[in-house]
Amino acid sequence: MLAKRFQLKDSMKEALAGYGFLLPNFAGFLVFTSLPVVASFVLSFVTWDLFSPPRFAGIENFRTLFSDPLFLKYCWNTVVLMGAIPFAIAGSLILALALNQTLKGVVFFRTVYFLPTICSGVAIYVLWRLIYMPDFGVLNTLIAKLGLLLHLPLTGPSWLHDEAWAKPALMIMGIWQSVGGYNMILYLAALQGVPRDLYEAAEIDGASRWQQFWAVTWPQISPTTFFIATMSIIGGFQAGFDPAFIMTGGGPNGATTTLIYYIYNNAFVWNQMGYAAAISWILFIIIFLITIGKWKLFAKVVHY
Amino acid sequence: MTLDVDNQKIIRQRARRRRWERIGIYAVLIAGAVTMLAPFLWMISASLKSPGEVFSYQKPWWYDWVPTSFVWENYVKAWRVVPFARFYLNSVLVVFLTTVGQVATSALSAYAFARLRFPGRDKIFFAYLATMMIPGAVTMIPVFILLRTLGWIDSYKAVVLPAIFSAYGTFMLRQFFLTLPKDLEDAAKIDGCGYFGIFWKILLPLSKPALATLTTFTFMGSWMNFMWPLIVLNSHEKFTLPVGLAYFQSLHHTDWTLLMAGSLMMILPILVLFIFNQRYFVEGIKLTGIKG
Repeated sequence: MLAKRFQLKDSMKEALAGYGFLLPNFAGFLVFTSLPVVASFVLSFVTWDLFSPPRFAGIENFRTLFSDPLFLKYCWNTVVLMGAIPFAIAGSLILALALNQTLKGVVFFRTVYFLPTICSGVAIYVLWRLIYMPDFGVLNTLIAKLGLLLHLPLTGPSWLHDEAWAKPALMIMGIWQSVGGYNMILYLAALQGVPRDLYEAAEIDGASRWQQFWAVTWPQISPTTFFIATMSIIGGFQAGFDPAFIMTGGGPNGATTTLIYYIYNNAFVWNQMGYAAAISWILFIIIFLITIGKWKLFAKVVHY
Repeated sequence: MTLDVDNQKIIRQRARRRRWERIGIYAVLIAGAVTMLAPFLWMISASLKSPGEVFSYQKPWWYDWVPTSFVWENYVKAWRVVPFARFYLNSVLVVFLTTVGQVATSALSAYAFARLRFPGRDKIFFAYLATMMIPGAVTMIPVFILLRTLGWIDSYKAVVLPAIFSAYGTFMLRQFFLTLPKDLEDAAKIDGCGYFGIFWKILLPLSKPALATLTTFTFMGSWMNFMWPLIVLNSHEKFTLPVGLAYFQSLHHTDWTLLMAGSLMMILPILVLFIFNQRYFVEGIKLTGIKG
């Protein structure tokens, strides 16, 4: 009887301590995450410019959205920019394969490859704006000099100032930025986890390096590839604000405006809070569906 | 005898193949390193040129990469012409408060989730996990409206407070705490140590690697963070470095030499942090990979 009362008291004490430890983070979680999610949902059914009182609009925001040519264009931009993902993943894998050898200087190379990821941000975008300058930029100068060397009339495009070249320019920079970063480290860890005896067995069977890669390495690291690919897609839908804001302002002619940039413009430039919230919910739904799809696909795609 | 000769032939062939392989691998590695470093070298060289030299090119291409005379003054000028020192101080303040705040609240809540039993714990933890997939764009607008209603727009509070509470940090530290053995804590409990004592004296000292990883990542994310400070800050004297740099480059008659000097000074702290904490970067990345 006495023991039972003591136990109850102990578990009460533990529960109180638990709530106490949780409280600071949970309060912030409520105020800055969970309640805003609810508020954003409500907001997406409202028109509000922050100054006049909000007005309930039903599904008007969503109806406008699907006939808004800009929204559709920016969705397309976002998807096109994600075309860089396969190249970035392939590049990460190639670098990881090269680094996964017992060679001298591997640590040096890994550090160098990681630099763009570490330094990414506004400073890098400013730098690439300088590199991409059409007339006097170092990239176009190098292209022209290469042309002289090969006796070919090579001239670089206007990159960020050209509607057709602005997206490829951002994609090239994005690949440069990410190829030696997180994904390469994940691949490196995965490669180190492949059992050595599988390669030995393949070698005895007379498999070439190329065959060994497709028969042993590729299936063994498929969970990592799957993880990287899905995370890149989820990230890709939310990407593109910082570089476009610094380098192109979303132009030329909206060629580099992505979904997140459109949300920013609607909310914080044009004060259309409800419309911006509606777009953010479309983004949320896309990401939700991909996440569900990812769980369902995982079992099917990944070979162990 | 013939078998021996055959074997030697095969071994020699293999050695030759391995040598070519090695050359190929080094070629890939070096090509990668040159690609990664070239833009940075251009940045350094541009930051040391005179304004007129940035866009003038000479005949042999390598001449462009070395300034004719090193203008070290650019760094002093960048510091003075733009309120760069001010941006730097703002960033240091914001990043420090964000990092300390986030690591502290994450560690406290992670301890609650990992070690203490209380009603609703698993449901709350599930809610934390669920919100990790919600895009930041969804919460950004209501949080802005909330801060505006409170009159906190254009203050450091508005930058720091929303960034302090991280579901991700909580999750990461909880996973780490779960891997630690419980024996020490049980012993301390018998000795009459309270929950905070256990957390402070036993759990935290054992968790130094995980705490260092979270600190490194929070510091880096906060130092780079551009969009949120851009949204909530209006007056120049409150700008953090990324917003200040963006503002500076948007001005007419931008002096690229100063811009590059400023960019380099912005990158420097991250570079130092990375070189000394490389291990924690790598560990942190592997942790995120295991999550999925």
